[in-house]
Amino acid sequence: MKETRGLIFDIKRFAIHDGPGIRTTIFFKGCPLECWWCANPEGQKKEHEEIISPFQLEENDECIKDVIGDEISSQEVIDEILKDRVFYEESNGGVTFSGGEPLMQPEFLQSLLALSKQEGIHTILDTSGYGTQSIFEKIVDDVDLFLYDLKLLDMEKHLKYTGVSTDLILQNLSFLVDKKQNIIIRIPIVPGITDSSANLNQIGKYLSELKSIIRVDILPYNKMSEAKYNRLGKTYKLSNIAPPSDERMSEIKNQLELFGLKVKIGG
Amino acid sequence: MNERVKKLREQSINAKPSLSLERALLLTNFYQSSATDKTSIPVARALAFKFLLKNKKICINDGELIVGERGPEPAATPTYPEICTHSMKDLEILNTRSKISFSVDEETRQLTKDRIIPYWKGRSIRDLIFENMDKEWIEAYDAGIFTEFMEQRAPGHTVAGRHIFHKGFQDFKNEIADALNNLDFDNDPEALGKKEQLKAMEIAADAVLILAERYSEKAKELAKKEKDSKRKQELEQIAEICNYVPKNAPRTVWEALQHYWFIHLGVITELNTWDSFNPGRLDQNLFPFYKKDLEEGKNTSEEIKELLQCFWVKFNNQPAPPKVGVTAEESNTYTDFCLINLGGVKEDGSDAVNDLSYLLLDVIEEMRILQPSSMVQISKKTPNEFLKRALKIVRTGFGQPSIFNTDAIIQELLRQGKSIIDARNGGASGCVETGAFGKESYILSGYFNLTKVLEITLNNGKDSRTGKKIGLETGDSTQFKTFDELFEAFKLQLNYFIDIKIKGNNIIERLWATILPSPFMSLLVDDCIKNGKDYNDGGARYNTTYVQGVGLGTITDSLSSLKYNVFENKIINMEEMLKALESNFEGRNELWMKLIRATPKYGNDNDYTDKIMKQVFNEFYMSVNGRPNTKGGCHRINLLPTTVHIYFGSVIKATPDGRKEFQPLSEGVSPVQGMDTKGPTAVIKSASKIDHLKTGGTLLNQKFTPQFLADDDGISKLLYLIRSYFRMDGHHIQFNVVSADTLRKAQNNPELYRNLIVRVAGYSDYFINLGESLQNEIIERTEHLSV
Repeated sequence: MKETRGLIFDIKRFAIHDGPGIRTTIFFKGCPLECWWCANPEGQKKEHEEIISPFQLEENDECIKDVIGDEISSQEVIDEILKDRVFYEESNGGVTFSGGEPLMQPEFLQSLLALSKQEGIHTILDTSGYGTQSIFEKIVDDVDLFLYDLKLLDMEKHLKYTGVSTDLILQNLSFLVDKKQNIIIRIPIVPGITDSSANLNQIGKYLSELKSIIRVDILPYNKMSEAKYNRLGKTYKLSNIAPPSDERMSEIKNQLELFGLKVKIGG
Repeated sequence: MNERVKKLREQSINAKPSLSLERALLLTNFYQSSATDKTSIPVARALAFKFLLKNKKICINDGELIVGERGPEPAATPTYPEICTHSMKDLEILNTRSKISFSVDEETRQLTKDRIIPYWKGRSIRDLIFENMDKEWIEAYDAGIFTEFMEQRAPGHTVAGRHIFHKGFQDFKNEIADALNNLDFDNDPEALGKKEQLKAMEIAADAVLILAERYSEKAKELAKKEKDSKRKQELEQIAEICNYVPKNAPRTVWEALQHYWFIHLGVITELNTWDSFNPGRLDQNLFPFYKKDLEEGKNTSEEIKELLQCFWVKFNNQPAPPKVGVTAEESNTYTDFCLINLGGVKEDGSDAVNDLSYLLLDVIEEMRILQPSSMVQISKKTPNEFLKRALKIVRTGFGQPSIFNTDAIIQELLRQGKSIIDARNGGASGCVETGAFGKESYILSGYFNLTKVLEITLNNGKDSRTGKKIGLETGDSTQFKTFDELFEAFKLQLNYFIDIKIKGNNIIERLWATILPSPFMSLLVDDCIKNGKDYNDGGARYNTTYVQGVGLGTITDSLSSLKYNVFENKIINMEEMLKALESNFEGRNELWMKLIRATPKYGNDNDYTDKIMKQVFNEFYMSVNGRPNTKGGCHRINLLPTTVHIYFGSVIKATPDGRKEFQPLSEGVSPVQGMDTKGPTAVIKSASKIDHLKTGGTLLNQKFTPQFLADDDGISKLLYLIRSYFRMDGHHIQFNVVSADTLRKAQNNPELYRNLIVRVAGYSDYFINLGESLQNEIIERTEHLSV
């Protein structure tokens, strides 16, 4: 496998909400979507960018700026991944490629997946599904589990809240289903946007017809990233939305289970 | 928890520690009489012990099932003037200090002044120790290079072995008679000395029987007066039990607990062994009695639980004896470090977890009291089920139980030359100290301030805090061209101070062996009777003396900073660095930020720094390990701090890692507080690069928010972390599960958080009892689940 380089914005060890066991998550920088609720706004832009550091020398001093984005070789990433091999082995964990959107850097992703498989590490791709089918064809054999996002099935709304249409996302999902891949669907529950009865019923019905969906994870929207938007100079459009209550999450779980799906709250 | 236990527990928690002169006065009366005129020192000590137990107040608390208090009542804490004679000023400090205080009444003051001080001043071992130390030792001690455990506390670190649950004191007396018969006056030049020791042990055995008899009488007397028929019956039963044990080997759980408790009282009355003596592998030691009780229908498991809970309260009624001076700084707590061991492996190497192990975890969870502390031993054979049960208690956030690696403990003991059986029967005690239970005297001799040695090296032998030259002139550090040159200088300085410490240890050990032998303790630890030798004089099967390294994280990060910023990247030269340290980074914010943020730190699984950590570890190990002590054993190292990292930090100016002057050092083998930014797996990887098996214990502290452990998934993830660490030979890991917010609230409104227990460093303590700086440190310690 030839050495490739890519742009990432974080490597998170002891990731415990990105699939089974203890994992290391690699955050790719750059995403074709721009979801209003995005928890990692620093992962959207596909170039380096500045963020104001939470660190400050003195109270009235100028802000310190950090640069987001590391250009890094696939070998360097693998070295970092392998550091926690003992934890993957004890916990049946592994590596998760997330972002941003890993599909935006296809060669880098392909090389990382192949190197991970060579080392016998369990691999997960956490994706919006927005990429060409030819990329999926190249990587499909090296991915053990897909965490596949579904947000809205209504085309117009999807365009409004994510910036792209659903076409590619749904095509690729059915491609993976045909290939009998292991898939966990993840639905962000954003009050007033994704949690309408209509949307959830649409998704439920759609998924009930697909085979090889292991489970559906419903992820309650949270406001933890709001400060990051400010530090990046971006506008946070959801300031007025409160996270869904536990009761509401249970209701949604019940609603989706009516379609014969296995549903879990949280990732 | 039933009403009885609830009441006893409540009383115990609310008992305010006070200073009791009962023991000191009895001891003084005894030594002022002519009773010791014609006896050897060991026999005099044994007679004094007997006098104490014959004359002390007998206290049976309302409703309790296990009886016996060390003082006249719960939390009335004795003093040990033969070890440390408190001055009037000491009493004032003890009475008024904000943390770990002991109330001292007017009568106590007067009697101390009139009776205790006049007799003991100049006679206490504390006075003798300081008299016998040379100038170099005193200077290093005053500078905070090391502490000295034995300066006001007896060398007590050991744990009861299983055999004491199967022997009565009549058996011990028979063994003594055999040993006396076997003395070989023809060929053994030590025979006479041994005879005196054995005579002393016999007197000590009688002494504890007298105490038991007095309790039996008292119970009978109370029974006669008791109106409540149920309680009357209980008191009658207590009287019978105290009549039977500890003279004979126990037959039931109740007897076994009371048997042990008399032994415990004996140990902590004879001397202030201060740390660790406890029933050891309690689930193993009690199991035969538990099984038999259930089979014979003597007790239900609910009744056994109640007995255990009553037993728990007894520990909590005995605060650690009052400490003053540096000793109070290094071990600032009421806890006496009784660490109950559960789990582990049996003698044949198989998994030892049994039903009683689980029942004891229930007791720990329900009791939620400071003492005794508890731990679980986890071997590769231990079922995950057991570890999960323990972690569910950890989750409730009072710092117990801590988690130990049985396989590492066994390998550590084997490396030290213990037999495989003794190793499997061993465990950890005190904070994290490895020992062969019932067979070993493993004495902690003092903490050693690794970072202070670096500071002195950087200043060419001078203590920059006081300006005094106390170390070797190892060269002007501004002239060093390479990191290796600096490290060579550090090595010389380290060995210089270790030599001073060990020389002091060898003298202090002899003082204890000759002036304050402990005949009662000698009965309990194999093979003191067989050898006719005192526990303090090498009578035990194994004798180890430890020096405990402190601040591994801080010294590693400091060296890493010098290597990275001064020698390799030349961001700053040594002269400038020293100036910045001297001025506490005044006006050097940018530099300071670089040191904090842009310098490689230990605890991030970064080989650059972790290699330096290993270098420091190896030098410390080489300078101490294997050097003989005076008891036929040798010196070894371990890495734990209790609360001394606060004191050690308070004597060091700013350090090259960006630590501001007089701030705490890192504790145990944990990274510097807040510098571990890569999460727990990176911390564990870094910590596992230490060769734990060459130590007698290391301490790794991790803090989690309660949210992290809220569901079973979180528990599983924690379990995987532990299993991974232990697979890499990690010795111990403990968890504080509490949110920083809660802690801040507790700091501001201590009265509302009296029950909040946190794990500090190898033991748990009430948060409100901790000093403010330690409170702050616990608050700041990285919360690993940041989102």
